[in-house]
Amino acid sequence: MGEQRQVVQAYRALLGAQARSQAAYRTSFVVDLVGNVGATVFDVVTVLVLFGVTRELGGFTLRETLVIVGQSSFAFATADLLVGNIERLPRYVRTGLFDAVLVRPLAALPQLLLMDLPLRKVSRAVFGLAVLVVALASAGIQWTPGRAALAVVAPLAAVVFFGAVFVTTATVSFYWVDSGELANSVTYGGRDFTSYPITVYGGWFRALFAYGMGFAFVSYHPALALLGRADPLGLPAWVGWAAPGVALVAAAIATLAWRVGIRHYRSTGS
Amino acid sequence: MGSVTATVAPPTDSNVTRWFRTFSAIVGSGFRRHATYRQAAVAGVVTNSVFGFLRYYIFLAAAGAAGQVAGYDRTQLATFVWAGQGLLAVVAIWGWTELADRIRTGEIAADLLRPVHPVTSYLATDLGRAGFASLSRLLPPVLIGLLFFDVYLPRRWATLPLFALSVLLAVVVCFGCRYLVNATAYWLQDVRGPLILWTLCSGVLAGLYFPLGFLPGWLEATLRYGTPFPSLLQIPLDVLVERDPAPMQVGLVGVQLGWAVALLALCRLVQRLAERRMVVQGG
Repeated sequence: MGEQRQVVQAYRALLGAQARSQAAYRTSFVVDLVGNVGATVFDVVTVLVLFGVTRELGGFTLRETLVIVGQSSFAFATADLLVGNIERLPRYVRTGLFDAVLVRPLAALPQLLLMDLPLRKVSRAVFGLAVLVVALASAGIQWTPGRAALAVVAPLAAVVFFGAVFVTTATVSFYWVDSGELANSVTYGGRDFTSYPITVYGGWFRALFAYGMGFAFVSYHPALALLGRADPLGLPAWVGWAAPGVALVAAAIATLAWRVGIRHYRSTGS
Repeated sequence: MGSVTATVAPPTDSNVTRWFRTFSAIVGSGFRRHATYRQAAVAGVVTNSVFGFLRYYIFLAAAGAAGQVAGYDRTQLATFVWAGQGLLAVVAIWGWTELADRIRTGEIAADLLRPVHPVTSYLATDLGRAGFASLSRLLPPVLIGLLFFDVYLPRRWATLPLFALSVLLAVVVCFGCRYLVNATAYWLQDVRGPLILWTLCSGVLAGLYFPLGFLPGWLEATLRYGTPFPSLLQIPLDVLVERDPAPMQVGLVGVQLGWAVALLALCRLVQRLAERRMVVQGG
């Protein structure tokens, strides 16, 4: 028991030090907060611009698409805030800092996440949530208790899913140090993929991202269930409710990949 | 001890050939320096390709059943996206903080002692980098586009040389912008604010997220003539897909030329102002 409390205290000390150091330079912090929200704002603006030249995208109207965008933006921004830091792993491996992390008497993953928790990304998550709430309110959803529950659970499941994607792709750097950009193609690529109804994509590319990697369950299928629309691609309606299960599977895969990766890890330094 | 001018005047006017020899030597070393990161280039190509697929399908959906949007047909959109993904790495919008880092650490002092003006030498290095990138990062996405999609091939003979010139100017314009963003370190030390602002604006306003033609006409024109951003991607790509008739194409490249000259002049001005107030720390 006492040992457990010590561990919690150590983590809290790490987090507190982070918060203080980031808030110390107040102007920089405010600039970062504003700058970070910009990226998410532009994602939403892009969707609005696209609907400026077309009335529907892949068979979906602006209001329906916004539910998908809101879900994806909120989930990605929140996962990025909590776990996204892991994308620095290649640098830690290259510079040997990861060795220092491993010799400390705490688990490696939480340390890495807390060592540099980017509080500036809070603004993005808040904006994403605002988009999601506005989209849900204006989409004309016929609310039932089930749908209300799904509207809460599905975004959280999507956060877990994106978190799992961040961790899984980062473990590639245990094998291939220069892989930073490769991870981006799945993490940021996944964000862009889930910002639109998957009906806009075609062929094997859609199959790979939507079902091979499971991105269809982040925003598309839950949005269909919330809107009460049948899937134009023909999957049954209950699929929308499977999102939490898919997120759990993804989290399990990420845990496994992380364990195997750490065991494989060899220090780059001498 | 009297004051020392940090930058020695380059011997340009006395010997032009020597200047060119130095310049091309720096270009060559920039090329070789980036040619060593081959794994990173492969990873970059994969990422560009994924985003190529994403953007292509999304723009195609925007074109809808008509297959036409904002003056682009389906094949033109394919060329726009795939050449655009390659160009992104050639002009290198993101991730260059070398100058800012050197200013912060004081290493810039070594650059100022060299007989080549810092703007000139950094530009030469960047052109070398762009040269390698156009082989390793521009060609692969273009080939993927050719293999998987029905792409638009230029119909006028003059388009390809004009496109090459347009890409060269885009690299210079982008370098100028990045140099100015980095040079704010002379005053601010921490360039994160300007860098974030640049990253945000360049992506959207250069035409990466959507062709600027999707915007209302007056806004597109204001961006094109009033800001350097469309000169980075939108203009070279519009030249390549022949969105406009030939005289307009030439005019667009002229706009780029204007921005390139103006930005390089501004870089030199900023550099001179910075040198006048700069104190390099350390012994």
